[in-house]
Amino acid sequence: MTHSIISGIVATFDRDNIDTDQIIPTEYLKSIKKFGFGDFLFDGWRYLDEGRLDMTSDDRSKNHDFILNKEPFTNSEILLTRDNFGCGSSREHAVWALRDFGFKAVIASSFGDIFYNNCFKNSVLPIELTKEEIKHLFEICSTSPTSFEIDLVKKNIKFDGESCYSFNVKESLLDRIINNLDDVDITLKHKKHIEAFEKTRRNQRPWLFDYSN
Amino acid sequence: MPFTLYDKLWNEHLVQTDDADESLIYIDRHYLHEVTSPQAFEGLRHKKLKPWRLDANVATPDHNVPTDRGNGFDAASIKDEVAKIQVVELDKNCNSFGIHQFDITSNKQGIVHVMGPELGYTLPGMTIVCGDSHTSTHGAFGCLAMGIGTSEVEHVLATQCLKITKLKNMQVNFNGLPQRGVTSKDIVLHLIKLIGTAGGTGHAIEFSGSYISSVSMESRMTICNMAIEAGAKVGLTEVDSTTVDYVKKHANLSDSMFNKASEYWKTLKSDPDANFDKTINIDVSEIKPQVTWGTSPEMTIDFDAAIPTEEDVDDESHENLSLAKTYMGLNDSKTLQDLSFDRIFIGSCTNSRIEDLRDAASVIKGKKVSKDITEAIVVPGSGMVKAQAEEEGLDKIFVDAGFLWRDPGCSMCLGMNPDQLKPYERCASTSNRNFEGRQGNLGRTHLMSPLMAALTAINGKIIDPSS
Repeated sequence: MTHSIISGIVATFDRDNIDTDQIIPTEYLKSIKKFGFGDFLFDGWRYLDEGRLDMTSDDRSKNHDFILNKEPFTNSEILLTRDNFGCGSSREHAVWALRDFGFKAVIASSFGDIFYNNCFKNSVLPIELTKEEIKHLFEICSTSPTSFEIDLVKKNIKFDGESCYSFNVKESLLDRIINNLDDVDITLKHKKHIEAFEKTRRNQRPWLFDYSN
Repeated sequence: MPFTLYDKLWNEHLVQTDDADESLIYIDRHYLHEVTSPQAFEGLRHKKLKPWRLDANVATPDHNVPTDRGNGFDAASIKDEVAKIQVVELDKNCNSFGIHQFDITSNKQGIVHVMGPELGYTLPGMTIVCGDSHTSTHGAFGCLAMGIGTSEVEHVLATQCLKITKLKNMQVNFNGLPQRGVTSKDIVLHLIKLIGTAGGTGHAIEFSGSYISSVSMESRMTICNMAIEAGAKVGLTEVDSTTVDYVKKHANLSDSMFNKASEYWKTLKSDPDANFDKTINIDVSEIKPQVTWGTSPEMTIDFDAAIPTEEDVDDESHENLSLAKTYMGLNDSKTLQDLSFDRIFIGSCTNSRIEDLRDAASVIKGKKVSKDITEAIVVPGSGMVKAQAEEEGLDKIFVDAGFLWRDPGCSMCLGMNPDQLKPYERCASTSNRNFEGRQGNLGRTHLMSPLMAALTAINGKIIDPSS
């Protein structure tokens, strides 16, 4: 399956340093599954009560001032924010929660390194723009609900019919999203290289192997 | 060509680089815990794969284990049913795949970043990964160590490699002698205040300078641990005699193997004229004890400084400042010394090692926890730290003062086990993150050193440690 266009409503989060604890609080990391985190996305801001893994969004008391509880943002597919989004904990659950809610892209002026990597494993596209461009996009979204169209092949964001910003992202990473590729499958094609490397290493640095205490 | 330590470690582990500049890096050590591994093991099963190299992996449960376990406690004793499933799942996965685990009943179990080095599973020059951002801790041993996501945990289990892009090099020189009452925690918090939580993004930070050379492995681990709070997933320090002495004491290597290894370890330092993309010089003698006031680790000030107001920040930061002050209940406070505290937490992968407990115990001996403090807990980082502290009588000092002396685990660092703040409680905490809700829904966290946290326990407020 391939997909090369992301088009949808933009939800704006006008703050820096949104950490992965805010994206999904630790309580929900007790799940041993890889799906089903959408109802807990931004849990501390989205609900007024404290949640548990066995609850759904319908069981909760909602904060109606929070953007994702307002129409049409309940169906947002693109998240626009400021600096250092996804900093903090390495929890991939943060990306799973964004994905399960329906987000397909996050646009920010910078990202936490681990979060950025995790995105590509789960078909969520992180897009880095300059602070000026981000400021402009916030202005565009400030008056009424706005949709953007992101072209993964042309690597641009159309926000106003014709106008667009282009963005940079490593081709190989983008390829994983467009063609839904799995890293393990790709790496195991190099099995012989890894085996050879390991054999040499075992000879050169024997203390690293078969250690126990 | 001169190389940085990070460059050397990268080159040593490079299996392959492709056209797109993504590289396969061989991983020597993989630590696992109960929270970020179940989906990775599930992925292996789904693909019908086995771990590539069993002896590279070591596991322990730490995030959601209760810390008031006492004798005879096992996974089945965990009251929180969801947490229990996760700990039992780690047992099952380690058993069925054959991975070595220090399980919840082991007297060596502990926070994975405390337990690993003290059992010699962390050795200089290794590449080390774990599904936990504080894996940067192990960089203190001249290792290339970093936190990874669960998909990468699966990838490392299946291939013994990580597919990544090379980071840039940043050097932070800490020179000078610290003032009395200033510890490695204050020094790293000061750095984060200075460069911000995105200051090291995209970089590996090498910590160097006369201060680093002069301090223990425990202090170096505290500093590397919080590299991630400065945005850098990799933090590291060069290997010197302090490193080698620590390893000799802790690792289970034969003399001949140790001698052979230490010849190599001596080369694990940046070349004198190596090029860093960014260099920062800090005179540690100017640093005061640091305490966080807000909801990001960069929101740090000197313990006696004024809490920032709108006039202190640029226009674009007004929103961040106001949200943080409201969350922290600081709208009527001028300095952190005005605040009354409810809870004290001494522990976490940042500050639960023997040196941290000695520091804290040194200022409370013969004193009592303030009546204003509802609960003060000390959570040693591992079974070995606990045993060592008890041998030195530190547990008695804490208990006599009114602290609770707990069993090893991540505890109140992250609100995932029964140790949590209640809404609006204010906590003096030696952990690493003061994010909203991090220690419990609506809880208020002030990060500081074990010394400052212990003093806050006794006084109910933040005081000048030199007084």
